[in-house]
Amino acid sequence: MNDNLFIVVFAAAIYYGTPLVFAALGEILAERSGVINLGVEGMMLLGAVGACWVATSIDGPAGVVLPIAVVAAMLFAAAGALIHAFLTITLRVNQIISGLALTIFAGVAGVSSYLAGLWDLGQAPVANQFGKMDLLGWGDLPVLGPILFNQTLLTYLSWLLVVLTSIYIFRTRWGLQLRAVGESPQTADSVGVAVQRSRYLHVLAGGAFAGIAGACFSLSILPTWQNGMTLGQGWIALALVIFGFWRPDLMLVGAYLFGGLSSLRYTLQARGVEIPQLFLDSLPYVMTIVVLVVVSNSAARRQLGAPAALGKPYEREER
Amino acid sequence: MRSTFSGFRLEPRSHLPRFINWTVPIGSFFAALFAGALLLLVTGQNPISVYQRILERAFLDAGSLSGTLIAATPLLFTGLCAAVAFRVGFFNIGGEGQFYIGAIFSSGIALALGRDAQVWIAIPAMIIAGALGGALWGAIPGFLRAYLRTNEIITSLMLNYIAGVIAVYLIFESSSFWRDLEGTGKMFPKGKVIPPVAFWPEYGIGSLVVPFGFLLGIATAAWIAVLQRRTRFGYEMRVVGGAPTTARYAGMRPGRVIVAVAAVSGALAGLGGAASVGNFRHILDPKGMQQSGFGYAGIVVAALARLNPVAVIFVSIIIGGITNAGYALQGPDFPSGLVGILEGLILFCTLGGEVLMRYRVVRTRGVSSNVAGAQ
Repeated sequence: MNDNLFIVVFAAAIYYGTPLVFAALGEILAERSGVINLGVEGMMLLGAVGACWVATSIDGPAGVVLPIAVVAAMLFAAAGALIHAFLTITLRVNQIISGLALTIFAGVAGVSSYLAGLWDLGQAPVANQFGKMDLLGWGDLPVLGPILFNQTLLTYLSWLLVVLTSIYIFRTRWGLQLRAVGESPQTADSVGVAVQRSRYLHVLAGGAFAGIAGACFSLSILPTWQNGMTLGQGWIALALVIFGFWRPDLMLVGAYLFGGLSSLRYTLQARGVEIPQLFLDSLPYVMTIVVLVVVSNSAARRQLGAPAALGKPYEREER
Repeated sequence: MRSTFSGFRLEPRSHLPRFINWTVPIGSFFAALFAGALLLLVTGQNPISVYQRILERAFLDAGSLSGTLIAATPLLFTGLCAAVAFRVGFFNIGGEGQFYIGAIFSSGIALALGRDAQVWIAIPAMIIAGALGGALWGAIPGFLRAYLRTNEIITSLMLNYIAGVIAVYLIFESSSFWRDLEGTGKMFPKGKVIPPVAFWPEYGIGSLVVPFGFLLGIATAAWIAVLQRRTRFGYEMRVVGGAPTTARYAGMRPGRVIVAVAAVSGALAGLGGAASVGNFRHILDPKGMQQSGFGYAGIVVAALARLNPVAVIFVSIIIGGITNAGYALQGPDFPSGLVGILEGLILFCTLGGEVLMRYRVVRTRGVSSNVAGAQ
């Protein structure tokens, strides 16, 4: 009974939604500090290539190789984020164009593909992968078992990070400072918060999270290298931040919704359900627009949402 | 002073020198080449020989300039697409999708008119259809932004993917009107070739072959420049772009202006799609278009041209040269991904250079920044 369509779709929603959770969670941190980073797609690809490189070139037990691969993914993507941070925080350039530049620089036709070519990745699936595992022994529970407790370690890690990030943003002193920096950097500065340092740290953390999102693709979903393998998921992550009103818990719901939509093409096809390809392939993108329209309107009405200083460089002299 | 880089600070210049129009793009272009050279060096490539090959294949070899114009033509249109929209603060990242839809519309009308059509009907029909398709696709994020307050960056980007899915569907997943269902087309899905009367002309100047699409692009750029500087609509665009509230007080309707700009911007990218079908590909080629990514590269062109439509013409030739060299030099000689790297670096350096021109870098040398800033 544990493989009826309902369960398969939900389990797949979580599996394919996991990279979205990481990427959107990182972007929430960056945007909460007042910096939009449109480079998510590029940073995910950097993370994916870094993880794939480690997993291909290091031989060893999975318990050693996979953590190194994930750390490599975080470092690669954070390096990309550092460029964006320097340009937008120190040089105060337009955040939108800088983020786009990052995606072009790192993306399909950029560094990620360059490095993959250099290291000859993508010839075969990586030896060590994140497979589904029953961590707590609850995988046999009816319905919930296969949906929640037969996922990859990355999914469990994402849950942990969502909880920790929520606590961090809303229940700690640093989180309060972060929100102050994003809402009103002048005020934060006047009470002694280091605005620039806070922004740097959160943009870099956002990059590292996007790197793990990329590792989800190259170590679990595909699991090898393909140029541009994230297929626009980085952009959907950006939409999820708006969808979740910059809150990790609401974002999680959206991520699984879109994970489910993205996975339908695999799950339904495997089951022989006849639905036009055109419809299934465009569904996640169409739904992103629909959801964004709905959320933007209600958000505007209820004054919810974006940090007030989002997208604005902070110039101390202008105080 | 609590700053990440306490060694220097940026001080706004009181007035902007005119030479900034030239020095920023040129300086940032070379800075990007330098950064790219470092990256090549670090990863064990020889930057001098790579750049030499790019230069030869883009501009110097026999016939290379004609190839460069083939890549520059779509870039000219997508560059104009981004330049027009960004000027107004409407971040249309959807040039890519608008380009696809323009290609679908223009190839569709060329196929529908058939081989018995007159040249003077077929080509204008393709131009109009391409512009119309791009305008419709581009107007969607404009409408959503203007009237439903939805972020145009994400919606226009999602529409790129949707347009890509539609184009792939027409050729690979259906027996559509665009698909070649005879001969080799039965085995390997590909687009139907448009009738020869709908092929856009090329003009030979010595050994240089200038495509009609490129000339159309130059005329379009001139038209955009006039539109921006000499018309009421151009004035409204400037006001809405600079100060939306002022625009409303002045009795303009910012919503309408934004939708109009979005449609014009989309039409420009759609023209690029039409030119690509009419002048070069002669079929609807979804995979080829997706690999080229002319829509995204157009953003680089527009930024390096500092959103000036006339400058877009020249910049499109430079970026077109790099793109052309990228096609010509695939393989071990020329690492894949280098085109995107250079484009990204050019964009980074243009942004950084812009700031360094706008501000003066002042060393603080222990002087408190507040004192230095007070003057």
